[in-house]
Amino acid sequence: MLNDKGRPTRPETADASGAATFTGNRALDVEEALIFEIGHTETTGVDLPAPKGKASRLGAHARKAPIDLPGLAEPEAVRHYVRLSRKNYSIDAGLYPLGSCTMKHNPRLNEKMARLPGFADVHPLQPVSTVRGALDVVAEVGRWLVELTGMKAVAMSPKAGAHGELAGMMAIKAALRARGLDKPVVLVPESAHGTNPATAALIGFEVKPVPARADGTVRVEDVKAAIDDRVGALMLTNPNTCGIFEPEVAEIAAAIHAAGGYFYCDGANFNAIVGKVRPGDFGVDAMHINLHKTFSTPHGGGGPGAGPVVLSERLAAFAPHPFVRMEAGEPVLVEDPSGVKDGETPFGRLTAFHGQMGMFTRAMAYMLSHGADGLKQASEDAVLSANYVRACLSDLFTLPFPDHPSMHEVLFDDRFLEGTGVTTLDFAKAMIDEGYHPMTMYFPLVVHGAMLIEPTESESKASLDLFVATLRDLAMAAKGEDKSRFTQAPRFSPRRRLDETRAARAPKLKWEKPKAV
Amino acid sequence: MAAILPIRRTDLRRAALDIPTDPDPKRATPMRYLPLTETDRAEMLARIGVEDIDALYADVPADELLDHLLDLPKAKGEMEVERIMSRWAAKNTTASTAPFFVGAGAYKHHVPATVDHLIQRSEFLTSYTPYQPEITQGTLQVLFEFQTQVANLMAMEVANASMYDGSTGAGEAVLMAHRITRRRKAVLSGGLHPHYAEVIATLSDMASDTVARLAPNVGGDEDILAAIDGETSCVVVQSPDVFGRIVDLAPIAEKAHAVGALLVAVVTEVVALGAIEPPGAQGADIVVAEGQSLGNPLGFGGPYVGLFAARSKHVRQMPGRLCGETVDAEGKRGFVLTLSTREQHIRREKATSNICTNAGLCALAFSIHLTLLGEAGLTRLAALNHEAAVEVAEALGNIPGVEVLNDTFFNEFTVKLPVDAAALVEKLATNEGILAGVPVSRLMPGAGLDDLLIVAVTECSTADDRAALVAAISEAI
Repeated sequence: MLNDKGRPTRPETADASGAATFTGNRALDVEEALIFEIGHTETTGVDLPAPKGKASRLGAHARKAPIDLPGLAEPEAVRHYVRLSRKNYSIDAGLYPLGSCTMKHNPRLNEKMARLPGFADVHPLQPVSTVRGALDVVAEVGRWLVELTGMKAVAMSPKAGAHGELAGMMAIKAALRARGLDKPVVLVPESAHGTNPATAALIGFEVKPVPARADGTVRVEDVKAAIDDRVGALMLTNPNTCGIFEPEVAEIAAAIHAAGGYFYCDGANFNAIVGKVRPGDFGVDAMHINLHKTFSTPHGGGGPGAGPVVLSERLAAFAPHPFVRMEAGEPVLVEDPSGVKDGETPFGRLTAFHGQMGMFTRAMAYMLSHGADGLKQASEDAVLSANYVRACLSDLFTLPFPDHPSMHEVLFDDRFLEGTGVTTLDFAKAMIDEGYHPMTMYFPLVVHGAMLIEPTESESKASLDLFVATLRDLAMAAKGEDKSRFTQAPRFSPRRRLDETRAARAPKLKWEKPKAV
Repeated sequence: MAAILPIRRTDLRRAALDIPTDPDPKRATPMRYLPLTETDRAEMLARIGVEDIDALYADVPADELLDHLLDLPKAKGEMEVERIMSRWAAKNTTASTAPFFVGAGAYKHHVPATVDHLIQRSEFLTSYTPYQPEITQGTLQVLFEFQTQVANLMAMEVANASMYDGSTGAGEAVLMAHRITRRRKAVLSGGLHPHYAEVIATLSDMASDTVARLAPNVGGDEDILAAIDGETSCVVVQSPDVFGRIVDLAPIAEKAHAVGALLVAVVTEVVALGAIEPPGAQGADIVVAEGQSLGNPLGFGGPYVGLFAARSKHVRQMPGRLCGETVDAEGKRGFVLTLSTREQHIRREKATSNICTNAGLCALAFSIHLTLLGEAGLTRLAALNHEAAVEVAEALGNIPGVEVLNDTFFNEFTVKLPVDAAALVEKLATNEGILAGVPVSRLMPGAGLDDLLIVAVTECSTADDRAALVAAISEAI
């Protein structure tokens, strides 16, 4: 089973963990069927009064066929989801060193604050007079983001990082249009997140790659060489995806400005520099901020995120609806062109309502808790921890870019595995057996077999030391005789390696009733 | 640099115990979320071989490195943060404490306590996107169940793992239709929520695509069939529409298909699907919906969860994440994210979308709520919503000067008032503590529809609330 890339082709029966049980369960590791296999359409876990059967106003549109939705009674539902939850790794349960994803601690105070009825139980279209406190929070989170980044304004509505990118690039497009410029090309370094070229292409920009230098950075001379009359913007991640602060970022910004273009900075790695350096000071025109990374809102198994985008003086006027304007110390909500004042030229609307309010309240609680001093300390600790991991591993692992200090994450390549037969993927899967979530693998694409490690500021030194010791042990084992620790990994997780090729070849994306025999 | 020998676990435990347990007096910032002590920091800097932390910021030009704290408050304890946040929260009127009839794209429904408890399980709340499927089967199985629930609810063949919300899903649906038909013109019904139409229009404007947006369909008599032509990639129709009217999608699908266009059906109130014909049964090619109604609080507009369903033949043109079934090395059933060759991290500028997330936790909440309801519960919930709305519509319609515009509706309808609707809403909120609905002028300013009010009635309203609304409106006009 599985192909040569996916590894194990046969179960490893000699392992004690393979001992059979009657149920197929192993103590706390319990199999759980699908709701469609255990539920019934007539079962419900919600008690509702019986309808009185009044006259219908549905016209001819009443539903005709059954829906086929199983229900579970409350105890069954609780057990189903609790059992499923136990098949997940989480930051609450262990170190989660996913580079570029920032799996830091998610404070529970944030959760409590987001659930205050005054925030959670408020409708986005209530009269503005009944949601003054909600607007205060939107404005205050915005004020912090503007101050921390040294920018002019912020658009709060983007729903996630990639959505914030879209907002920033739309603002740039609107600004180019307003100046009557036809500059359809966007420069994107090869090391960029995949969202950068995808975002630019989505709104009709042509993407032109800029090479990364051998030291992992982008050089102003390469940017200048790529700039011509048609270039309207540059998208650069800083600190970059190799975990390096771009040393020439200010010069690069100046070069794109001199050519009449704009500088979009991917703010995914802002968490390395909060309170240390302000993107506005190195020439950024637009930058999204992943509240779920830098400001600790939970990742929730893949969202929801939030991606407010800060804007420079040059782009502030183009912030989309709805936005909040401060007037005499009070926030004013501008939802449509009827509320726009002179000098404001919003480019349109990105989403139905005001953005991810539930994430704003969490981020607000996080920012208030840390304060200016704590935010700076958190950045420093994140950078310190990444460099500590690097120092403790660099004799056994291979650093593609040894000439620059790391920021909040350290990038290794797979040269240290050369000739061992062990791949980055195998190494990552072996980490699972040791109780760790793997680091980010095979990203960024500019190095071979990338391993991007981001420990974050949330780990104690003891936790980092155990992690480092584990990775060292694995690195040495990879060079040893017995490769099964890698090739068969993971052995102790709820599932062994999954056959992704099979999943993609004949996609089964929905449960279907087994056909009657 | 000296090599480090692997440290045994037991050594580390001992080492950890040697760390002083009392707060380190040298610690610069007492901060409950940061485990490192000043002693740790000094040891780590020494191990790295640098003098101070700023040596690690050596690539930052010296004149850009801040030498002072920014002009923001300093760290606060939990109690103080709670006090500040609670004061802001107290300035808002909550839906549960007022007779509440506000809808138009977000709805007040009762969410069972179990839902919020389960989504706060650490393993769901603090897990990342399931890129390592062996240790994220919990999230993946939930997504597979969610996709099936959504597809069944819509009577569609396939659904993705969710979008940011309904409105952004609508924008993505139009782009998907453009890819499939290789045409670049979308026709938008005048019954489509204006915010959704603006999201689509903004995206289309930026991508230089064409949008034909019909006038607000107040009377329910728009001739959308006439707007569909050979250039049309898709026609976007909401049902129940923004005025609450239930739309017969079948003839629109028929006309669209006749000219090679797709029907994108939009649903902003998914509870309606417990009572009305699903878009999939009426020929829709893509269905997008706002899933907030199930499992998710109003939350002043987000985070919500976008539902996105399509026909199987178009699956490779779908945006967003997809979870698929497979087997592991021992032949056991398992789930993985699949068809990722559509996505930005693989395809970069050729991706179907720039989306790199879904609304994971909100999708989980949706799925748990729907599992608790089951078909029996959902259809009953829908019936309760409908009959509460019928009661209010009949009572309001009996007030002289008030006219209910809808012939059909589910739990939301539009009334024509003899007064300005926004002023009435403000007055009832201030004087009576009643949140009466959404004035159409809030959604369509300048459209000359200032006398229209959209009223949503859900199971959360009591008979007293409903009577209070009717009495207050009767009194005020």
